[in-house]
Amino acid sequence: MMSDNTGVAVYCEIKDDKIMPIAAEGLGVGRKLADSLGQELAAVILGSGVGTYAQQAIEYGADKVYVVDDAQVKEYQPDVYVSVLENAAKKIKPQIVIMGQTDAGREIAPRMAYRLETAAILDCVDLDIDSDTKRLLQTKPVYGGNAQAVFVNETDPQIATIRTKAMEALEPDASRKGEVVNIPAEIDAAALKTKIVQRVAEEVAGIKIEDASIVVSGGRGIGSVEGFKQLEELATLMKGALGASRPPCDNNWIPETAQVGLTGKIIAPDVYIAVAISGSSQHMSGCSGAKTIVAINKDKEANIFRYARYGVVGDWKKVLPAFTEKLKELMAS
Amino acid sequence: MNIIVCVKQVIDPEAPPASFKIDTEHNKADMHGAPPVIDPYGEYAVEAALRLKEANGGTITIMVMGVNLLREVVKKPLAMGADELILLEDEAFTKGDGWSTAQALALAIKKKGDYDLILCGREASDTNAGQTGLAIAEILGLSCINLARKIEVADSTLKVERVNLSGYDVIESSLPAVITISNEVGEPRYPTIKGIMAAKKIEPVIWKPNDIGLDAHASVKTKLHRLFQPVHEGKCEFAEGDTEEEMAVNLANKLRESKTI
Ligand SMILES: Cc1cc2nc3c(=O)[nH]c(=O)nc-3n(C[C@H](O)[C@H](O)[C@H](O)COP(=O)(O)OP(=O)(O)OC[C@H]3O[C@@H](n4cnc5c(N)ncnc54)[C@H](O)[C@@H]3O)c2cc1C
Ligand SMILES: Nc1ncnc2c1ncn2[C@@H]1O[C@H](COP(=O)(O)O)[C@@H](O)[C@H]1O
Repeated sequence: MMSDNTGVAVYCEIKDDKIMPIAAEGLGVGRKLADSLGQELAAVILGSGVGTYAQQAIEYGADKVYVVDDAQVKEYQPDVYVSVLENAAKKIKPQIVIMGQTDAGREIAPRMAYRLETAAILDCVDLDIDSDTKRLLQTKPVYGGNAQAVFVNETDPQIATIRTKAMEALEPDASRKGEVVNIPAEIDAAALKTKIVQRVAEEVAGIKIEDASIVVSGGRGIGSVEGFKQLEELATLMKGALGASRPPCDNNWIPETAQVGLTGKIIAPDVYIAVAISGSSQHMSGCSGAKTIVAINKDKEANIFRYARYGVVGDWKKVLPAFTEKLKELMAS
Repeated sequence: MNIIVCVKQVIDPEAPPASFKIDTEHNKADMHGAPPVIDPYGEYAVEAALRLKEANGGTITIMVMGVNLLREVVKKPLAMGADELILLEDEAFTKGDGWSTAQALALAIKKKGDYDLILCGREASDTNAGQTGLAIAEILGLSCINLARKIEVADSTLKVERVNLSGYDVIESSLPAVITISNEVGEPRYPTIKGIMAAKKIEPVIWKPNDIGLDAHASVKTKLHRLFQPVHEGKCEFAEGDTEEEMAVNLANKLRESKTI
């Protein structure tokens, strides 16, 4: 229970030549936790030629940045990264470790936790320090989003991954000072059992759903590829992106990268237009952060109307063409 | 090709959210009036196993850990085509956390032995933890592949397509390995009448903590501090009209007037 571990460490993933937004969010909440414990906030960066990102981590709030700069960690390989981060954690001995709930974070965090004989809680939407025990209170959705659970880990480090957009990054401050420490990769060759041999991108063309301020999403009730063409017309008109609940992806009406929800993408656009989507808790996990939800559904009792600000009860086949037509007219004037 | 598939019995995640209730005193949840089911991602894992068996032969063993396991529920994977069912059924198995769950399953897998692949769902519909498969791999020191959508085995080498947020990765690994299964693997098949009849004849093997060498003080590292239900107030403004077209026009007007769009 009690350990001599101290401080908060945030694993910062790099993408497109910068620290990922979720890593900045991790540093934001990490700063808050470190301050309330009166401890240091560390960032950990892995990659090849990544030393330059240390300054970014400092601007986002880190006191210290540990950099593993090595050609062997140039690209993500699960076994390599787990091994390197396990060693880094043994060296840094933090009390709390934060990662993003990304493709990498969701597998590194639990694997690392088991190796360090501690526990991880994934997909947290809130992190706080218990004022009495000083332990980390980790809030995560359970039962597909129908409920939330607050967990406390009894061993250190307490490892958490955070849900995208659930926590806030600090404004980067270029005048902040911090220390940069290089650490060796020390990869244990015996631990390497799997290898990513090919990476295939399957993204839909146009605006990315996670970046779009307007998203038009269709559900099982859309029924076909043709139906999604109609939704796409509306999305294009509003310069938005096209999304979906899970059944349309499973039915190949739209690529699986369009899936919104607990096991798809978590998005927070200004406007989310849900057409023929019932609003299961698993789906709402991915879009309830939208500022305004608009729903079109033939069932007045559909759960989606509990989240929607505006709605139409009706058959989308009749509602959508008239809606698109009218919007076109309003937007032109 | 011997495959072990871990499957859980859960409250029905597809029941209407309105039937979901929390018993705050016991920190437990229930789907009011809806019978339990096998966890959906576990079912996808069974489907993945059946396809591997079709391609490579072998046997499929299902492992379920829990209490009050309804035979008609936990026998569904048998009805789909799996060969054996092992139940870890004891109060002691439910006292723990994710760590102790993985520990118990790993011990049971070790006792069973003689496996090439262990499949789990990517996440159970109740815990949404997404950790059990990864943990079993770490405990047993096996290869570990998360979020598979396609699995091929040739000359004792595994080739797995792993879903990610922008597409997929192709991963190679040796056997034995643990793989967690995502829905992109394809819809689970329905049990056939023949399958249901065959499942009736298969007696599940039941293991208690003693049988797998689990001591009473299984390592628990996480405590559930609180369980609560977030509230959503319905304040939806419905667009009126005599026809659906009229409602649509009114909706567009509302969105424009409120500067939503
Ligand atoms: C662990 C787990 C994770 C999951 N993750 C996700 C996830 O990430 N994303 C996700 O979406 N789902 C996820 N699911 C599945 C989820 O539980 C639901 O099954 C799914 O969201 C339902 O999709 P839907 O609303 O499109 O379909 P349905 O629930 O079948 O709803 C279809 C809706 O369309 C309406 N409709 C039908 N025809 C018309 C018409 N002509 N005009 C107007 N309305 C019409 C109906 O009234 C109904 O409300 C997950 C499930 C589990 C167990
Ligand atoms: N009690 C259990 N019995 C059998 N399999 C389980 C159990 N708990 C978890 N699993 C397996 O692990 C997967 C992920 O569960 P979780 O880590 O709880 O999200 C599930 O989809 C199952 O395949």
